Amino acid sequence: MKKLIALLLCVLLCFGMLSGCAGKGSDTIKVGILGCHTGDYAIYGLAVRNGAELYIKQLNEAGGINGKKIELVIYDNKADNAEAVTAFTRMVDDGITALIGDVLTGNTLAVRTEAYKINMPMITASATAAEVTYDDETGTLYSNVFRTCFIDPFQGQKMAEYAAKELGAKKAAILYDTGNDYSIGLKDAFIAKCGELGVEIVNEEGYSSGDVDFRSQLTNIQANEPDVVFAPIYYQDAGLIVTQARDLGIDATFLGGDGWAGVSGYASAEDLEGSLFCSAYASGSTDAIKEFEAAYTAAYGADTLNMFAATAYDAAMVLCNALKTVESSGKKLKPASDEYKQALIDAIRTGSGSVAGITSAGGYTFDEHNNPIKDAVIIEVTGGTEKFKTLY
Amino acid sequence: MSDMTAITTILKQILNGLQSGSIYALIALGYSMVYGIIMLLNFAHGDIIMVGAYLAWLCMVRFALNPALAVAAAVAGCTALGMLIEKAAYTPLRSSPRLSLLITAIGVSYLLENTFQLIFGAGAKTVPPFFNAKNLSFGGVVLSSNAIVTIIAAAVCMALLTLLVQKTKMGKAMRAVSEDMGAAQLMGISINRTISFTFAVGSALAGIGSVLYCTAYPQADPMMGSMLGLKAFVAAVLGGIGSIPGAMIGGLAIGLAEALVSAAGLSTWKDGVVFAILIIVLVVKPTGILGRSLNEKV
Repeated sequence: MKKLIALLLCVLLCFGMLSGCAGKGSDTIKVGILGCHTGDYAIYGLAVRNGAELYIKQLNEAGGINGKKIELVIYDNKADNAEAVTAFTRMVDDGITALIGDVLTGNTLAVRTEAYKINMPMITASATAAEVTYDDETGTLYSNVFRTCFIDPFQGQKMAEYAAKELGAKKAAILYDTGNDYSIGLKDAFIAKCGELGVEIVNEEGYSSGDVDFRSQLTNIQANEPDVVFAPIYYQDAGLIVTQARDLGIDATFLGGDGWAGVSGYASAEDLEGSLFCSAYASGSTDAIKEFEAAYTAAYGADTLNMFAATAYDAAMVLCNALKTVESSGKKLKPASDEYKQALIDAIRTGSGSVAGITSAGGYTFDEHNNPIKDAVIIEVTGGTEKFKTLY
Repeated sequence: MSDMTAITTILKQILNGLQSGSIYALIALGYSMVYGIIMLLNFAHGDIIMVGAYLAWLCMVRFALNPALAVAAAVAGCTALGMLIEKAAYTPLRSSPRLSLLITAIGVSYLLENTFQLIFGAGAKTVPPFFNAKNLSFGGVVLSSNAIVTIIAAAVCMALLTLLVQKTKMGKAMRAVSEDMGAAQLMGISINRTISFTFAVGSALAGIGSVLYCTAYPQADPMMGSMLGLKAFVAAVLGGIGSIPGAMIGGLAIGLAEALVSAAGLSTWKDGVVFAILIIVLVVKPTGILGRSLNEKV
């Protein structure tokens, strides 16, 4: 008797599963969210998860995509490469059509190699290393991988453009940390862009990490009277450099990258006045960001509300826009099928220009390495505080 | 670049070198005096400067005191700390092998660094300017007033120190103790008092050095003393350790060497050049430029 009941239950359960497939499979699209939700870097992983989830919830509440709801498959990779690949494989078994993630650069590199094999569309909101989408050594373009954050050298290009076009700079000097890849990356990109725009680089001065005396380099710079000094370094050094430069009588405008955030605590308001740096995100800077921040705080609190929550919100927006394109194409492709995935990748590549993201109101277009060409936030230090100046 | 700007640039680079060199010289003096009297390389000396910088920051930022009071507090605090270290850590070991003293000095250095890191955290604190002077301008050539004040202050300190050592009774006692401790004691000189006084003077110079350092590089962080101390040590060795004029010359030479190496676009070699100087001096002329070549007493 017991066996009979057990058997009956089994059969019932099987029917249940089947009906589940039949009932839901047709009107939902599964999207994975992968990242580190526990451990030391959880603040980034949670920001990405919450940001993406927030957009998709809002979309589902507004009726989804042509009536279809997005179903999220969320896994924690515990900031571990092996765990990330395992979680990704499970998601594929669960039937995802696209992935938002991974979060940390190392994890993303591990996952993108697997995702490339099966042409899984993937958008990362936070991995800034160039090789996530394009491996320089092997010349491999990971055509299925996109991102909504900008890569490090991009800031150098933006600041060069801003200096040339908005500040009318003719001569620029550079002071950078020779022991820091971030600093070198920004410096090289700045020089390349200045070359294109006809801005003369009058000095390229370096210093060793940990130095506190920059007077010699600054004196060399002073002799050439540059209009701007680009210093792609972190805020503590930036504070010392600006203070010493003003002391020597240099009145050029100082420019920096996002490493400058927090500089206002490290030099006087008077010395920093008018300095500019770029960033990917400025809290409270536009109405769209204010709206997003209010919704995010209401749903998840303010602890994890950072830049990556915003870029993840945009990643979800880019993805859902592409899903809508595929769904509306009338081809009736089956979610998670190879054709669907390729159509989705094409839609992300070519159709994201109209996506007014909160960190890129001008839409998302991707360069030949799938890196976004988007606005940077220019922040000006004025009156001793770092204020949003413009989107550029 | 025209010839005129080339010349002013070179002059300004020399000024930069003299500014950092004056600071090194003041610190090197402390090393040299202590070595001269008890044959100890006081590796905690650099960290005394760090303490001075934090005292200045505390007074001006936390307690919002007048900058003059902050300077006084930094100098007084360093002096007291130097004497305390001598009494607590070095006096009990005076008859021990010199290696024990050296290791103790390294221990004191780590103790100070880590204590301050524990209290104030690892990040840097910004020290506000002590004075607000307009830069001097001579026919379009701007000179940093901070640099000029630093150089003058250091020169005055060195002149006063020379007077103190050469013309006063205490200075005579210091010279006597450094020449022959036993004989000096027999002549009725209090060894303990003289050594304490030497530490006090050396640390007071470090206190002034910390104020000048903060004028040039307005940040205090727990590890700032270690590299600064090492460079001042190289300066002391270059000038001839134990010699007061030698420390001054050594300090200025190291400062100028650093500034000129950076000015030549080789800033990443700056530290390398300083320590190469140390190696060359030790190989070629271990007594330094003005050092006494006394046969070591065993």
